[in-house]
Formats: sequence, C-alpha cells, structure tokens
Amino acid sequence: MRNAPKPERTPLLNRPLARRAALEALAKLDPRRQARNPVMFLVWVGAALTTVLAVQPAFGRGEERFTFVLAIAGWLWATLYFANFAEALAEGRGKAQAESLRKTRRDVVAKKLARPERGAEHTLTPATSLRKGDPVLVEAGDVVPCDGTVIDGIASVDESAITGESAPVIRESGGDRSSVTGGTRVLSDWLVVRVVANPGEAFLDRMIALVEGARRGRTPNETALFVLLASLTIVFLLATATLRPFSAFAVEASGAGRAVSLTVLVALLVCLIPTTIGGLLSAIGIAGMDRMIQANVIANSGRAVEAAGDVDVLLLDKTGTITLGNRQAAEFVPAHGVTAEALADAAQLASLADETPEGRSIVVLAKERHGLRERALNELGATFIPFSAQTRMSGVDFDGREIRKGAADAIADYVSWHDGAFPADVRAAVERIARGGGTPLVVAERARVLGVLHLKDVVKGGIRERFVELRRMGIKTVMITGDNPLTAAAIAAEAGVDDFLAQATPERKLELIRDYQSRGHLVAMAGDGTNDAPALAQADVGVAMNSGTQAAKEAGNLIDLDSNPTKLIEIVAVGKQMLMTRGALTTFSIANDVAKYFAILPAAFAATYPELGGLDPMHLASPTSAVLSAVIFNALIIVVLIPLALRGVRYRPIGAQALLRRNLLVYGLGGLVAPFAGIKAIDVVLNGLGLA
Amino acid sequence: MTPQGWLAIGAYFVALLLLAKPLGEHVARVWSGEQTKLDRVLGPLERAIYRASGLRERADMDWKRYAKAFVLFHLVGTLFLYALQRLQGALPVGFGQADAIGPHSAFNTAISFVTNTNWQGYAGEAVMSPVTQMLGLGVQNSVSAASGMAVLAALARGFARRSASGLGNFWTDLVRSTVYVLLPSSIVLALVLVSQGVVQTFETRATVQLLDPIEVVASAPIDAQELVLGPVASQVAIKQLGTNGGGYYNANSAHPLENPTPASNVLECLSILLLPAALCFTFGAMVRDRRQGVALLVTMLVLFVPCVAAVYAAESGAPPALHAPGVDVAAGADRPGGNMEGKEVRHGIAASALWAASTTAASNGSVNAMHDSFTPLGGLVTLVLMQLGEVVFGGVGSGLYGMILFAIVAVFLAGLMVGRTPEYLGKKIGIFEMQMASLAILAPCAIVLVGTAVAVATPAGRASIANPGAHGFSEVLYAFSSAGNNNGSAFAGLNAGTAFFDVALGLAMFGARFLVALPVLAIAGSLAAKKTVPPGAGTLPTHGPLFVFLLASVVVLVGALTFVPALALGPIVEHVQMGR
Repeated sequence: MRNAPKPERTPLLNRPLARRAALEALAKLDPRRQARNPVMFLVWVGAALTTVLAVQPAFGRGEERFTFVLAIAGWLWATLYFANFAEALAEGRGKAQAESLRKTRRDVVAKKLARPERGAEHTLTPATSLRKGDPVLVEAGDVVPCDGTVIDGIASVDESAITGESAPVIRESGGDRSSVTGGTRVLSDWLVVRVVANPGEAFLDRMIALVEGARRGRTPNETALFVLLASLTIVFLLATATLRPFSAFAVEASGAGRAVSLTVLVALLVCLIPTTIGGLLSAIGIAGMDRMIQANVIANSGRAVEAAGDVDVLLLDKTGTITLGNRQAAEFVPAHGVTAEALADAAQLASLADETPEGRSIVVLAKERHGLRERALNELGATFIPFSAQTRMSGVDFDGREIRKGAADAIADYVSWHDGAFPADVRAAVERIARGGGTPLVVAERARVLGVLHLKDVVKGGIRERFVELRRMGIKTVMITGDNPLTAAAIAAEAGVDDFLAQATPERKLELIRDYQSRGHLVAMAGDGTNDAPALAQADVGVAMNSGTQAAKEAGNLIDLDSNPTKLIEIVAVGKQMLMTRGALTTFSIANDVAKYFAILPAAFAATYPELGGLDPMHLASPTSAVLSAVIFNALIIVVLIPLALRGVRYRPIGAQALLRRNLLVYGLGGLVAPFAGIKAIDVVLNGLGLA
Repeated sequence: MTPQGWLAIGAYFVALLLLAKPLGEHVARVWSGEQTKLDRVLGPLERAIYRASGLRERADMDWKRYAKAFVLFHLVGTLFLYALQRLQGALPVGFGQADAIGPHSAFNTAISFVTNTNWQGYAGEAVMSPVTQMLGLGVQNSVSAASGMAVLAALARGFARRSASGLGNFWTDLVRSTVYVLLPSSIVLALVLVSQGVVQTFETRATVQLLDPIEVVASAPIDAQELVLGPVASQVAIKQLGTNGGGYYNANSAHPLENPTPASNVLECLSILLLPAALCFTFGAMVRDRRQGVALLVTMLVLFVPCVAAVYAAESGAPPALHAPGVDVAAGADRPGGNMEGKEVRHGIAASALWAASTTAASNGSVNAMHDSFTPLGGLVTLVLMQLGEVVFGGVGSGLYGMILFAIVAVFLAGLMVGRTPEYLGKKIGIFEMQMASLAILAPCAIVLVGTAVAVATPAGRASIANPGAHGFSEVLYAFSSAGNNNGSAFAGLNAGTAFFDVALGLAMFGARFLVALPVLAIAGSLAAKKTVPPGAGTLPTHGPLFVFLLASVVVLVGALTFVPALALGPIVEHVQMGR
C-alpha cells in the first residue's frame, strides 16, 4: 500500500538540507530562542561569560592564558551551534515535506451552490472564501476545494496528493465513504459536498503545520524528562559554583596555587550538565513526528504518538482487518445417498448467476474440486431466482428442475412445503460447521436435501504473525465482530487473537473500552465508520482510516492515510522509539560525566594539589589540554549522535527486561567508557598539532 | 583484617535479616490497623492516648491534611523542646541542677531532635538536666522516628490504593507506630542493656574509688572519681532503634556506661539497622508484593556491604606515620593492629568499622569510635554514605521513602529506555512525581554544598576549624553532610558549638527534613489518586537483579557526581598526601 508514499521520504542528510540547517543554526544562537531550554541556555551564558573573560587577558589581567580562554569560549559556542544544527536539521526535513504538500494546493476555484442540490445554479468562488456549511459542486476533473462530506452523488476520486496511493477511490453520499479531502481530484462523475472546515483548519493545513513542527507542544514524558534534566543541571551548577570557595579555602590551607579559575569552572559546568541530551531533545521529538509522517500517519499531537507507545490493548474489527471481507466456500458435505459431485453440480448451478463473492467462490470451488466448468445460464434456458428477504433463499429453475440454496431453517421450510424431510445427517453437518465458526449453506432440490456447503471466513495471510509480534510487544489483541460467539471464537482461534467481542454493537464496543480503561489499560482501536466514532474518541489511541467518514476522522487522534488497520504496530514502534531515544541519550549523557570528572578535576586542582594528578587514568598531557579536550569531546559528541537522534534507537519486541539490559549495556556502559577514549584521543591530537 | 572480624560482620548481617522480617511484618499489621499480639497489653495505652489528647476524629486524611499534621507536630515539638531547654533551670521539678541552655544552642538542639537528626552541639551529661533528657530529648527520640514512619506509611498506602484520596490518619499512624513498635522494642532493648551494665537510675552522681590512684605533685593523690549517672539505658535503646543517635553522654556509645560490653555493642549496633531494614519488608507487605520490598532491601545491602568492607579494610591498614620503627601495625593475638586512634580497645577495629558504616548508612549518628580519627578513606566512606541522601537504610521511615524517590527516578530512566511511560508498582510516573522526586533529591545536595561553601568562605565559619588543610575542610563538609541529611553524627575536631554553626546546621536539618518529607507526601497523594496499571509483557519488573543494579547505580551516580569535587578537596587529597 505504500508503493508511492507522499510526502516523499527525505534522506537523513542531503546538501540543500544541511546548508539550510547550517544557516538556521546560526539564527538560533539568539538567547531568546535558547531560553526555552534551561540546559542549553546555561551553555549560552557560559559561552558569553568566557567570551568576555577572553578579552581580559588582552589587557594583562585575567586568570588564564588568552588562547586557552578563547579556545574554551569557541568550543562552547560550537556546542551550542551543534545542538542548534541538530534541531534545524530535524525541522528542515519537515519543512521540505511541507513544501511538497503545499505544491499540491493550487488556487482552486469552487463551484458554490445556492442550494445543496445538483441542479441549483452555482457561482465561481475562490476556495479560500468558503465557509463551513457551504454546499459546493465538484465535477469530473475538478480539484476538491475543501474538506467536506458528500451529500449527493458518487464519484471516483484521486487521493494520491494526500495518501500517495495512485489507485482512485470511490466517494459517495451516506455510509462510510462520504468524506472528501481538500486537494484531491474528482476523476469521474460528480459530487455535491458540504464544507466541514474553514480555510486554515483543513486537513492539508493541519498536515503542513504538523510536518513543520509549528504545533509541536511538549509531550508529558518529554516534560518529565525536562524536569529531571533541569534538576541535574541545578545540582551541577551548585557543585561547580561551590568549588570556587572550596578551592579558595584549599589554596589558603595548602599555601600553594590559586583558586580554580572561572573559565575552568564554566568548562566543568558545561561538561557536566546533560548537554548531549539537552541539545538533541527537540530534534528527537521532531524526528519522531517525522517518522510518523513517513509511515503515512498523521498525528493530532505528539501526545498521541507517545501514548501509542504505551498501548497494551488493541481492538480490531474482524471484517477487513483480520479476515478478508468475504466468506468463501471451503467444502461440500453431501447428504446420505448423494454424491459429492452431484451436490457440487447443483450448488454451482444455483450460484451461476449469483454475483456475490460467496456465490463466485462456490462456482470456483466446484470447478477446482470436481472439474465442473462454468455454464452460461441462458444456454441452459434457466431462470435465476435471486435472494429475497422473504424466502431467504436463492437458486435457479430450468428443465423443470428447481434448485435452492439458503440457511438451514429456510431450506427446512422449503423442503417440508414440498412434503420432504430434512435428513438428520445434514442437520448434524450444519451444526458441526456452525460450531467450527463457518457458515452452513444447505442445497436442496424440491423435497430432496442434497447437502451442505461450508462457507468460511478467510483469515488474511500473515495476520497471525503480526499478532504474535504484538504479543511480544506486550499488547493484547481483541477482535470485534458482529458474529455469534461460536463463529467468533473459531475465527479468533484461527487468527491467534487473545480475546474477542462477539455480537458487537457500538454501545458494547464503548463499554468494552471503558472496562479495559477502568482496569488501568491503555486502549488503541482502529475504525472508519461513523458508528466507530464514539469508540475512537473514548480509546486512548484512536486510529481513523483516511477512507473513513469525517466523524471517524475527527474522533480519532491519529489518521492512517493508507487505511491499514495493522499499521498500529508501526505506530507503537515509533512511539516507543521516541521514548527510547530520549532514555538512551540521557543515560549516555549522565554516564559521560564520570570520565569528564577524571579529566577535569585533577587539572583544575593541579596548582593547589598536584598530587591529585595521579587520579587521571588517561594521563592527559597538561591541565589546559585536559580541560580543553573534555570540552571538545562534549561538543563533538553532539554531532556524532545527530544521526541516532534523527533515526531513533531501534525498538525490538524482546520484552522490557531484555530491552533494558541491552540499552544499559550499549548506552550506559558505552557512555561510561567512550569519553575516556574520546578525550584521550582529542588530547593526543591537540598536542600532536601543538595546539594545547 | 582478621577472619574473626569478617565472621563477626557476617554474623551481624544474618542476625539483622532474621530479626528484620518478622518485625517488618508486625509493623505492616500495626499500620493496617490489624490485631497484633501486643493489643491486649498495649491497647489500653493507645486508647488512653486518644482520650487524653482529645483525638476523636481518626478518619483518612488527604495528602495536604496529612502534611499539615506532620508540619504542625514538628513545629509544636520544636517550640516545646526549645522552651524546655531555656527554662530547665527554673523548672520546679528537676533532679540535678542545670542552667538554661543558650538560645542558639537550644534552637539547634530543638530542631536536631525533632527532625530525627540528633546532631549534638553540647555535652549531654554536662548541660542537660535529666528532665530535659527524658521529657524533651527522650520523647522526641521516639516520636521523631514515629513521624518518619508515618510518612512512609502514607507513601505505601499511596502505592497500594487506587483512585483514592485518603492516605490514612497521621495521628493514628504516629500513635500506633510509637505504642506498638518503638515502645515495646525499646523496653526490651533497655532491659537487656541494663543487664549488661548500662546505668538506669534517677540518681545523678556517684563517686567511685579509683583502682589505681593518680599521683599528683604537691597534692594528695586523686583516688576517687565522680560519675554522672541518669536514666541512660532507656535513652540509649530508643536512640539506637529510632535512628536518632543522640547519646546521653557526649562520648556517645564509646562511653563505658552507655556501651560497656561486647554483647551490648552487638545489640546496639544491630538496633541501628533493625527498623530501617524491617520497614522494607513492611513496605512489601503494604503494597501486596513482598518481592518489591526485598528488592529495595537488597539494593541497600548491595550499596552497604562494600562500604563496610571498605571501612574495615581502611582502618585495618596502618597509616604510614605509624610505620615508624618499633611500632608493630600487624594484627596479632594480643593486639588489633591497624589504626586504633579514636577507637575503644574493648570494641576493636571490626566492631568500630561496622558501627561507623551502619551509623552513617542509617541516619543514626551514634558512634562507638571517633570518625575524625579514621583514616582518610575510612572517613570518606562514612561521608559518602551520608551524602547519598541517607537512603542506604537511612532514618526510620525516611531512609526507605528516600530510596523510593530514587526508585522513581530509576524507573523513569528505565521506562524511557524500554519505550514506555514509566510505572512503579503499577502507578504511572508523571510530571508531578518527577518534579517532587527531583526536588526531594536536590534539596539535601544543595543544603550540603551551599552550607559548606558559606562555612569555608566566611570568617564566622572558618573560626571553628581547628585542623588546617584538607582535614579541616573534611570536618566542615562532614558537619553539613550530617545535618543536611538528618544523620547527626559528627567528625568532631570542629567547634560546632558557635552561633554560626548552631544556626546554619539548625537550618540545614530543618530543610533536610521538610524538603524531603513534604514532596514525598505530595507524591503519595498523587499516586493514590491514580489507577493501577496491571503488569503485562511490556512492563519492566522492578524486583529483579537488573532493576536492583540500575537503582544502585542511580543512587551512586547522583551522589558521586554531586560530591566528587568536594570529596577530592577533602578526604581524597588527604589520602593521596598521606601516601607520599
């Protein structure tokens, strides 16, 4: 379904994107834009302070060498710049997509109707001046000017501008296919549409705003993480600020050296505060939304994406999601004294004119099993008796023969009317099929019952594997169906869902969701019909199909442009990925601090307590190169991690414990070890080049 | 280090765990209002307290009312204790004669005992009258521990209840914890201590003949000594059990009348960790998942056992200065070896090291040896144990609720790393919980760092520092680490009886108590109102070794990252210098 996704997949990095981000990042150095992020704002203050300090030695004052202070100041600005670059790059990818969306919107002229009917006279009005409730006419070749509900007519519509799906779809009044989206094009026939969104509030506008990141608020988990990062920042601010009086006391006590300089304190502070995660946090969030859009899913808010990662119950409609839309004939069960071939022959004759998918499947099965060719009804001189609500049978009359097929009780009435009897073995077969989840269809010729046809729901290929995957993610699947409990149980077992709701009504669906929620579960559901709307609104994550009704789309908080209900698996993975990336980088950032202490502390106290130098396992060349190396490492690690922030940490459904162990090993232990190697390498390079 | 020493330490842990489990289960029954075997004996006392105090309304309180009661109780206690010290000379009843305590010392002591810190800027036997010791200090020893237990009870209920607002009743929790837990256990301990020779009398002075009279030039030899007596055993029992640590005597449990025999030493040392360990089992029982309580206890042990080993190892090695010719620093049948400065010969190194680690891990603060005389590394461990936020066992109630704050942070990190909104014991951890947990973890760190900085930067603070150099810095850092985490032990060597230190440390103790307890109650209220999420395949189990490891790492990392610079200028540099 995703053969031609649009907006186009943007590569992680390309020249124009990088160039634009590089410029954007400069503009973001404005302190007012940094103030939103306390961690990076502190870096800004530190950079500004050291820049001022760098001027001091030029006048023969100051605590440190001019070049050293200047280098520190430069790298602090670089730290900020790299963080800005990551954010600008993530935003840039969204902006590129928004532009491609905007191209699809042209200056559309709408045919505004005086009355909501086709024959009414219309005036040509620019789409931007349409208001909610206005009726418009859209004819073949026209672009739909706005989001709306079809109130009259039927037409094929090309929705590729929105969904990337090139095959046209049918839109008609009433039912579940009545909504049209602005920017799509009517290919044939005509529609009368009632406008449902004012200009600027339409679907396309929302999508553009979303990909541009304009409406991105902070999600709850993101805010909670901010709280943690801010308090860590305060701790480190205190730890470094108090170091000045501590070291002044030490200097007095030991009578050697001088107190730690402001420049070194600022360097230590910036190295300790979680700049890695602080700098990449917004890029992670933007990239997460971006991945959602790449999966052809539009989220109403980042909150919905995050909630998707927490979902533990998933409700799915049976028809169209778990099973193919239609039942298919699977078996002929002849009555006693009737050959299977005779039954197949009669059944095929009765179904020749039956154009329903069930009817077609009977003809095909008879051909496959018994080599019976299709025959033309008119050649046989036969009359087709269509299904009617009164008789609840269909069939064929020819050559004085009268063949009927229908539900068991309808056929029982039919044969008894012809003074026939309903054989016990057929009754047993009917019960067996029903118990097995199939639909029994009895075939009879006047007083004689020929046998039973077994119609089966066909479970979609590969769906079982997807449910296994969901279970490994810790998500319970519940099938919703209007079938009786017996049939539902059989299909549930075959498809491998964990539970089912049979004889479902909209009320019972709603009730089921509330029940799960009251027990603390987070429920996701996918739906498209108007009668799904209440349940979609009640569910914590409601995925509306883009092919569905306007009501459903408004009730849901995610819209799947591909209209693929199992898309939830991808949505959950994206939600989890976003959290995991933040968690991994936070852990990495904090673990880094251990090595930075080992590098900077002995260097900071080198003049007062030179014996502390023995604590540095990296044996860095000099105190100044130690401090500078740590600061450079701190800045460069942001650049190194930009791809990870944009792409996200990979989610694997291996269970929480195994996932945690893995990530702790990679990002915790890795974060502990990496800076030792990194700082040492930078130190070697600096001294090799004679820069320190 | 001797095999006997290690064996004694090992036996200590076995005894601790054997006693802690039944006691913890008992506390859970007491908090849940269930019948216990003690009801027949102590039930009338409980009811009498309710009648006498006019406490009729014992309905559930929401977190705000619970917190108000908690604060009110502390304020009234502080005022009463302050008044008692200021007026002790003028009181009509009074066994010994004692003068009024000075205002800043009384301020410091009042806060110290009410907040379960028991920092002592005075010499108990010299300045406090027995009435003040019993009615003031003894009572606070008990109720300050009980109020810490009450906060933990409220937090446990916050986890256990779903979609509720009530956290229990503060007054009932306070009374029941005192009557059914602290009172009976301290009576038993006091009686056993008396059997070992700890004094318990209303007589205030006794004169004893010296076995070995002291010859004095140009005067008659001194052949008698006057001893200060008092109701010591009862106060020692509760100071140990209630993680108070405020001794009757200035020398605390190094004093032979507070801690005379090896048996009394073992019992007193065991009592330090007994309730904090038992409350882990209580918590598990209250949240109806005993494995969770065990996991928290194991985390504490994982952090604690290496610390004990480190202190024991550090003190068993002799400092280079002792390697002088003629000094045998190796342990032998007739000598303990190692660093015996400041240690009682009758306790030896293993018992002193174990006590030092226990008393700083738990926020007890009683001592049987002088921490100031420990080797730099031994002293470093005691400092670190306090700076971790008094969560490794910690105070009665307060230690465990502090550890649970760290568990919330650990769960948050873990939740992010497995891609799920974090949840602990079925409760989702949201923005509010993170704000409160961060505040409560941040506050003690800030108090210790800022307090120490002010002390070393101002003349008033510097005036008290007797030892020059890194050791003097360690002493100040120790004082604020102790007060800022409600521990109460002292490094000595620092003249803390000045107006500056009395006031600064008083404020530190006050902040450390409320800035942790109140956020904890707020979290309890917020959690109680939430639904309980059933565990599923995506839930991270919080009782396994992986979580224990993560939790221990978070505790160490927060402590280490905050205090490493300060420690580098104190004990670490001292150690490095000593090795030269």
